[in-house]
Amino acid sequence: MSEGIPSASKVQRPERIRTISGVPIEPVYGPSHIEAVDYVRDLNDPGQFPYTRGIHQNGYAGKMWTMRQFAGFGTPEETNERYRQLLAAGGTGLSVAFDLPTLMGRDPDHPLSLGEVGKCGVSVASLADMERLFDNIPLSAITTSMTINSPAAMLLAMYLVVAEQQGVDWQEISGTIQNDILKEYIAQKEYIYPPGPSMRLVTDVFAFCGERVPRWNTISVSGYHIREAGSTALQELAFTLRNGIEYVQYGVDAGLDPDKFVPRMSFFFNAHNEFFEEIAKYRAARKLWSHVMRDRFGARDERSWKLRFHAQTAGVSLTAQQPRNNVIRTAVQALAAVLGGANSLHTNSLDEALALPTVEAATLALRTQQIIAHESGVTGAVDPLGGSYFLEKLTTDMEAGAVEYFQTIDDFGGMVEAIEQGFPQREIAESAYRFQKQVELGERDIVGVNVHGDNEELGVETLYINEDVSERQIAKLNELRRTRDANRVERSLAAVREVALGKTNLMPSLLEAVRAYATLGEICDALRDAWGEYEETPTI
Amino acid sequence: MRNIRVVIAKPGLDGHDRGAKVIARALRDAGMEVIYTGLRQTPEQIVGAALQEDADVIGLSILSGAHNHICPRVIELLQAKDITDVLVVVGGIIPDVDVPKLNEIGITGIFPPGTLMQVIVEFIRQHVRPAASAR
Repeated sequence: MSEGIPSASKVQRPERIRTISGVPIEPVYGPSHIEAVDYVRDLNDPGQFPYTRGIHQNGYAGKMWTMRQFAGFGTPEETNERYRQLLAAGGTGLSVAFDLPTLMGRDPDHPLSLGEVGKCGVSVASLADMERLFDNIPLSAITTSMTINSPAAMLLAMYLVVAEQQGVDWQEISGTIQNDILKEYIAQKEYIYPPGPSMRLVTDVFAFCGERVPRWNTISVSGYHIREAGSTALQELAFTLRNGIEYVQYGVDAGLDPDKFVPRMSFFFNAHNEFFEEIAKYRAARKLWSHVMRDRFGARDERSWKLRFHAQTAGVSLTAQQPRNNVIRTAVQALAAVLGGANSLHTNSLDEALALPTVEAATLALRTQQIIAHESGVTGAVDPLGGSYFLEKLTTDMEAGAVEYFQTIDDFGGMVEAIEQGFPQREIAESAYRFQKQVELGERDIVGVNVHGDNEELGVETLYINEDVSERQIAKLNELRRTRDANRVERSLAAVREVALGKTNLMPSLLEAVRAYATLGEICDALRDAWGEYEETPTI
Repeated sequence: MRNIRVVIAKPGLDGHDRGAKVIARALRDAGMEVIYTGLRQTPEQIVGAALQEDADVIGLSILSGAHNHICPRVIELLQAKDITDVLVVVGGIIPDVDVPKLNEIGITGIFPPGTLMQVIVEFIRQHVRPAASAR
């Protein structure tokens, strides 16, 4: 045996190997680890309650996952061009990334929008921008996911009016708005209003779409951002599903029948590095949700029991060092999502620790999914890892851990109360710091960062967002303000304010304000007048 | 000699505060006194906080691409108040092409994703203006 390669007997196993979540991993798993698992009760065939193995009987053979690449930058015109490229390259759905002023309900000329217009996504300040964004893209032929939360109802209203202009019936269109405000308070922090009125906006959308836009997915309850903020896989699972429970409870309290709105709820999880733990997370999520819906809420429609989810590979795992390595990380993460039964998937681009992706990098990310789908053969059998001693043990543990968190949060009085007392925020901050310390101490290796670094790094070309986007958006905004019917705008905004102070559904008044070409900032300000703004207490 | 005092700030509209909070804890564990401003601070508020807290260092966390507007503004405001002994560093997503511009206005501590906390601690210790920490 040559020097430097240790013989098998000399290989030392570290005292304890742990997953990123801190779960200890044993050297080998066997039947004793899954003695308590009953096939029909805990797993069952794909398409059968509790759906641990998947919600579709035929898995991907019946329906391939949707390859949905999140994109948006600069002006609506520029993003429209990128969308047409993505559709031409075989993308099967659009996913809109908005810039921070849009996410925060501020017009491009607001002082806080300084330097932010068009940077993290596309700037959409009014219906006029939404028209430009979907110019020559038939809304009847595609589905669109919009990552928008505090102003989700307003952006949905804009999309609906564009559909109307294209002559497409609202009964026919489909897509998703993220509309998940709870994880904003917990993790991503793009909130505007206090929790009470924010939850009312969410339930108003549930009720309106249930009647008028029946194929629209009214919420994407998101663990992605919770994980990116530093949570463990278990915390991501538990907080996300507990948020889901909170939305259903608020819907029920608003007088809605769960079977009327829960089937249009969807979920959004992270696909991180810890391969088996991630797969266990998705399987446990389906099992937990089916039980919660059937047993806690008494839902009777099977569609209410079935958890559908989108997955995105972990942006936070990408490194600025040796950026080409990110292609491999993304491929491994995407494979975990697929083996976990993701219903739709976004793969990150290799350059995203540096900038928004170039068209070349975004195409390579899409190709990564296509290779998994068409070349790897993993889509043949449903839940191909089901029955693995290791995976089933992880799935069982993940479920048990989530149930414990549910109880803790129930004890706070619910997720809104837990958030107000900073519970999930503290848990996540602790996990984030623990992870970073492990990296610093060399307990956790990151290739190119704390191991296998090299001095001659190959850089990559990055996308550069022109600083003139802001000027161009502001110029269009000024033009809009000159040419629209100012009286109609004033009347529509007054109506929004009035409805906000009452109890009736806000959607009709939001639609009228959008049609009048009131700007997003103006509409959100009308609600700020009525409801005030949320501020968190800064803690580290 | 007193401890190094650091104001960690999140300017702009972005709410992604993982990096800011992790760094704030790391600096505190390294013996520095850390004041975290919280989210959505204007350059004026940040410089105001630094003055009020008698800070030696301002750490800006920016992931949104707004650094070309925010960083020069913070430096301008410091200069307008004749403050020359506060070290300004920035962490976040900063494209390579912007680094020379930031260096030109005196920001040399630029820390992209993946930077080890120890690197930032060491940078601050070595570059903090002696006049400030001896005050």
